[in-house]
Amino acid sequence: MKKLLNAPSDLVKEALAGMAVAHPELLRVHVDPAFLVRADAPVRGKVAVLSGGGSGHEPLHGGFVGRGMLDAACPGAVFTSPTPDQILEATRAVDGGAGVVHVVKNYTGDVMNFEMAAELARELGIATETVLVNDDVAVENSLYTAGRRGVGTTVLVEKICGAAAEAGRSLADVAALGRRVNEHGRSMGIALTPCTVPHAGKPSFELGPDEMEVGIGIHGEPGRRRAKLESADRITEMLMDPILDDLPFRSGKDVLLFVNGLGGTPLLELYVVFRKAHEIAAARGLRVVRSLVGPYITSLEMAGVSITLLEVDEEMVRYWDAPVHTAALRWGV
Amino acid sequence: MGREVLNGDAVVLWLERAAEVIGENEKYLTELDAAIGDSDHGANMARGFTAVRGKLAGQTREDIGAILKTVGMTLLSTVGGASGPLYGTLFLEAAKVAAGKAEIDRAVIQQSLAAGLAGIQKRGKAEPLDKTMVDALGPAIKAFEGAEGVSLAEALARAAEAAHKGAEATIPIVARKGRASYLGERSAGHQDPGATSMWLLLRSLAEVAAE
Repeated sequence: MKKLLNAPSDLVKEALAGMAVAHPELLRVHVDPAFLVRADAPVRGKVAVLSGGGSGHEPLHGGFVGRGMLDAACPGAVFTSPTPDQILEATRAVDGGAGVVHVVKNYTGDVMNFEMAAELARELGIATETVLVNDDVAVENSLYTAGRRGVGTTVLVEKICGAAAEAGRSLADVAALGRRVNEHGRSMGIALTPCTVPHAGKPSFELGPDEMEVGIGIHGEPGRRRAKLESADRITEMLMDPILDDLPFRSGKDVLLFVNGLGGTPLLELYVVFRKAHEIAAARGLRVVRSLVGPYITSLEMAGVSITLLEVDEEMVRYWDAPVHTAALRWGV
Repeated sequence: MGREVLNGDAVVLWLERAAEVIGENEKYLTELDAAIGDSDHGANMARGFTAVRGKLAGQTREDIGAILKTVGMTLLSTVGGASGPLYGTLFLEAAKVAAGKAEIDRAVIQQSLAAGLAGIQKRGKAEPLDKTMVDALGPAIKAFEGAEGVSLAEALARAAEAAHKGAEATIPIVARKGRASYLGERSAGHQDPGATSMWLLLRSLAEVAAE
């Protein structure tokens, strides 16, 4: 294992300390329990949007804390969901009296910890709503699993909900919008290499030089199947076809196309994938009206890519375009 | 030899022993998790039980319910993942049964374990044979209930053995809950890490009862 590391147990703490001094105008870091809040939190009268999850997916979620996106982020240990007390404290810190939306990726641990935190918040009289993100089409049979995983659409939910909250929308409105984004978003990814959790010290699975893992999650957990490595165009087809068939995306609709790097894949390759994905979308009669390319929801140093397609409506586009000022996404300011 | 009731000192001794055993098995639990999960079960449990050991140092021993509640709250706030809420719930539910008790006998231990199992199933929505910690704790409780006319130590030893067998019996199962479920058929052939850590905890309990 070769990493920029002091001690595995200090990794998350030290990264948070780094964020605190790198972006003091955007956010503040609370140490015990660990969470980040936007610099001016709590914003009186505004619905707060909070998310959290295991560390190792940066910039998700801490990199999205700031005006127009998240009010708070709760980082757990690497690939481990945050704890109820941590989520509760962050919820209290950002509640401006209008309630708090929890954006939760659908993983067993995340769901249970957020559920317990929401129960505790209710006891304190804080209104919360949960938006569960489960957009991963690689999970075929939701009946026999913990359900579809939350992946790329999470970034889009956080941006759009954050903008709606900033615009003064109510708790119910922001949550309903978040759920609508989730319902209209679909994702799938492949890994070219595994990744190494610092505590484990070795890769969580092994891939031969000519192999890839299809339907990878974002925790270094193996995907649905192993396949021979293919060309970028062929891989893009393997990801786009199940996505397009799943919603299903109908000809004539507007979409946001998001090509995401899993941490170890250069932007150069991501644009090759974007080009092909755009071509496939166009061939199906879809209009790509907005796009996002880059590593925004990652899996440590894993090489690979995920594609997210969101069928957008006018309201989603308006909130997507609204100003955002965070460490990882910034426009309109 | 052995104890027929457990007082606060014995319960603390068990938890300290459990912390040691979890620490010794950190790498093993992580390896099991690497095969079908995300390689964090060992580290998470070790972190949680190290914190438990720290908390127990200042804990009074008169009320076993209070001891178990401290353990539950500590695990809840330090373990994370799915195991944090599940083990946290196990101890918090057991704490309710043992509240105000300076000693717990066989009947209370049985009720505590059953309450813990019910709490875990409610929180995690897992059924038997979903390849989870339920597959170790469920058989353990059955064995404990069935061990009539033997010492507490022997009954707990049989419970721990049943948990061990239950954990091993998760090997061929295709997971239906938790992160392993995403592997589909490929989750078969590996022992469930949560069932394994549950077995280790019960084995430590049996050992302390036998001393």
